[in-house]
Amino acid sequence: MSDQQPYEPRIVAFLCKWCSSAGSDLAGVSRIQYPPNAAPITVPCTGAVSPMYILSAFNKGADGVLVSGCHIGDCHYIEGNFLARRKMHLIMELLEFIGVEPNRFRMSWVSAAEGTKFAQVITDFVEDLKPLGPQERLKKAERA
Amino acid sequence: MSKKRTGVFVCHCGTNIAATVDVARVAKEMAGEDTVAFTQEYVYMCSEPGQESVVQAIKDNKLDSVVVTCCSPNLHEKTFRDNATRAGINNFTCEIANIREQCSWVHADKAKGTEKAIKISRSVVRRVNRNQPLDAIAVSVTKRAMVIGGGIAGIQAALDIANAGIEVVLVEKQATIGGRMLQLSETFPTLDCSQCVLSPKMVEVNRHPNIRLMTYSEVQEISGSVGNFRVKVHKRSTFVDPDKCKICDHCTEVCPVVVPNEYELNLTARRAIYIPYAQAIPASFTLDEDACLGLNPVVCGKCKDVCEAGAIDYDIQSKTITEDVGAIVVATGFDLYDQENMPELGGGKVEDVLDGLQFERLCSASGATKGHVLRPSDHTVPKNVVFIQCVGSRDPAKHCAYCSKICCMYTAKHAQLYKHHVPDGRAYVFYIDIRSGGKGYEEFVQRTMEDNDTLYLRGRVSKLYRKDGKVRVLGTDTLSGQNVEIDADMVVLALAMVPSKGTAEIAKVLKIGRDKDGFLAEAHPKLRPVESVTGGIYLAGAAQAPKDIPETVSQAGAAASKVIALLSQAKLNRAPLIAKVRPSHCTGCGMCVDACPFIAIRLENGKAVVNEALCEGCGSCSATCLRAAIDVKNVTQLQIHEMIEACLA
Repeated sequence: MSDQQPYEPRIVAFLCKWCSSAGSDLAGVSRIQYPPNAAPITVPCTGAVSPMYILSAFNKGADGVLVSGCHIGDCHYIEGNFLARRKMHLIMELLEFIGVEPNRFRMSWVSAAEGTKFAQVITDFVEDLKPLGPQERLKKAERA
Repeated sequence: MSKKRTGVFVCHCGTNIAATVDVARVAKEMAGEDTVAFTQEYVYMCSEPGQESVVQAIKDNKLDSVVVTCCSPNLHEKTFRDNATRAGINNFTCEIANIREQCSWVHADKAKGTEKAIKISRSVVRRVNRNQPLDAIAVSVTKRAMVIGGGIAGIQAALDIANAGIEVVLVEKQATIGGRMLQLSETFPTLDCSQCVLSPKMVEVNRHPNIRLMTYSEVQEISGSVGNFRVKVHKRSTFVDPDKCKICDHCTEVCPVVVPNEYELNLTARRAIYIPYAQAIPASFTLDEDACLGLNPVVCGKCKDVCEAGAIDYDIQSKTITEDVGAIVVATGFDLYDQENMPELGGGKVEDVLDGLQFERLCSASGATKGHVLRPSDHTVPKNVVFIQCVGSRDPAKHCAYCSKICCMYTAKHAQLYKHHVPDGRAYVFYIDIRSGGKGYEEFVQRTMEDNDTLYLRGRVSKLYRKDGKVRVLGTDTLSGQNVEIDADMVVLALAMVPSKGTAEIAKVLKIGRDKDGFLAEAHPKLRPVESVTGGIYLAGAAQAPKDIPETVSQAGAAASKVIALLSQAKLNRAPLIAKVRPSHCTGCGMCVDACPFIAIRLENGKAVVNEALCEGCGSCSATCLRAAIDVKNVTQLQIHEMIEACLA
């Protein structure tokens, strides 16, 4: 990245297929604009997001990681997002423990009907990540 | 594993993608991927020539996997997977990269949009590298259907399905089927009597050999998936045996409890034991457990004593019934927006201010006043009636943002009905716009204005209050720029349509989505308007969006035909994207067994084993496994890690 350009955080967004990915589709259909910083990866359920994915993303250079799924109680797979929520709290603590700002990780609940909310979640996350600067703590050193 | 030969097909979607994404660059970048053997861009990949070119390219270039970078997989995943099959390769080696909804439509900066589109496309190419050819799992189909909601939508859907020879369970919350339509007096634009149209259909439902009617019942729980649902229905006790009840009415004569009659919109009262309407189906009385003095012969027991048929039995218990069905139609209907939300229009507390449904009951020959339009406060004939449209509709700041669609028409109908009942009366209508699209609708409104001498005032009402035995209505006529004051005998509010009470709960139980206004969400606004996002569950009627009777009947017929098409198949293909264990890595710790919401994993000889019939492929197991010994097919941990890498390259 050249020094002239303003810092743009790079985000990996894990979206559950049933709610948040559909919500992002609705944001698209409704043409609600949001920053292009987040690359989406659709997963069947937030319950399928292994903590390893989050660490892997930071390791590969992500400045922020988002996990977004169905509202609690609305999981297509009954209780996948409960499992996710439990794991994600542990992830926050782990990140803090190993010296990564826990704010670099975020979880949100966005239903298929909430296109506006999806755009807002991304917009807010990008804004909140900017003051933190690039994430270096877990980033694997660039190979020459 | 030999190296894949992947074809990447970049769609312009006209300018929908091409305007904000440099499609040529996406194709060029993808061509640089190690496994990509072929790239192509085209203006409409989903068109006939586009699809043909995909098939041809697969054959010509001996491709074994396909990535189409285009719109959401919800739209065209099936289209392109079918093309993969046509070209002779496995359809599960075809994946979609969504660069429209998730990219081109939401970003304006072409350089940044292109970068993101490349990341998305590259991640899917990397995923496809490790996709396995899979065969769909064939499952048998339960040839029965359930319809939830017994209004006109549910009745029509149930009849259409039943007439195709498929057994239907019709579940209705109230004590009778008929829904909102049964409360209407006449229907626009023909002014034919609502009950005369509906009652024969209700009788047909009751007599139909393929329809099992469950009134006073609610869906409690559902499990299974498309083709094979198991639904638990709670049937409340009516404490009256419908087969014995002679509807002689002796019980209501002796019942000492008086409560507001919700079927008459609280314009009248009913007893604790009651029949909703004379035309109710099933034709039987219902004992309201909450209102009754206690279902105890010591306390009261008058109805039981007087019942010569011996139909009343306080010991009939509510029960939960389990039904196996292959498809479900949800037709739970609408309610009116609560008057309490409109304090400037009386908030439901000013006498002689009615809602549209109450006015229907006043006009109805079976209603509280036997079809005489009398104002509730003093039972006199109202000589000045003000109708107000768009009450709660089209008001994004405070109420519902949407147009409730039917109010222009039913207000015109109300004005006509009023003039037919009270020829020397004066009808005023406050409106914002008149929306009368529909066959014969515009002519109907014109008749209201011209032949029925109704005064249409373009503007909103700011306030109304009770004054000298009348309702003073303050409004504005924006066409003349004058303030208007009317001393009305009666005011009728065309309140917005909202999803019926309980829609949120039923949506949650069935795991189907709702839109921002709370209506049930269709799978696609144009192409799949009667399907919910969940396979095998269909939508009909005003539960999906405000609509009138002809539209409701059409939608119910469409939903029924979808059900018939689904249940006519001998076997259904289920996506094989389910969990798979690598026994060599599995230590038999059992964490996946605990994590599985579907009880689909068990331990056998110290290794996890997946029951393929029960697994839904959520992946909770794989996220729990410490050794990556269990994965969802084609969404493996390795694939996700490589996708992450591609997103950050």
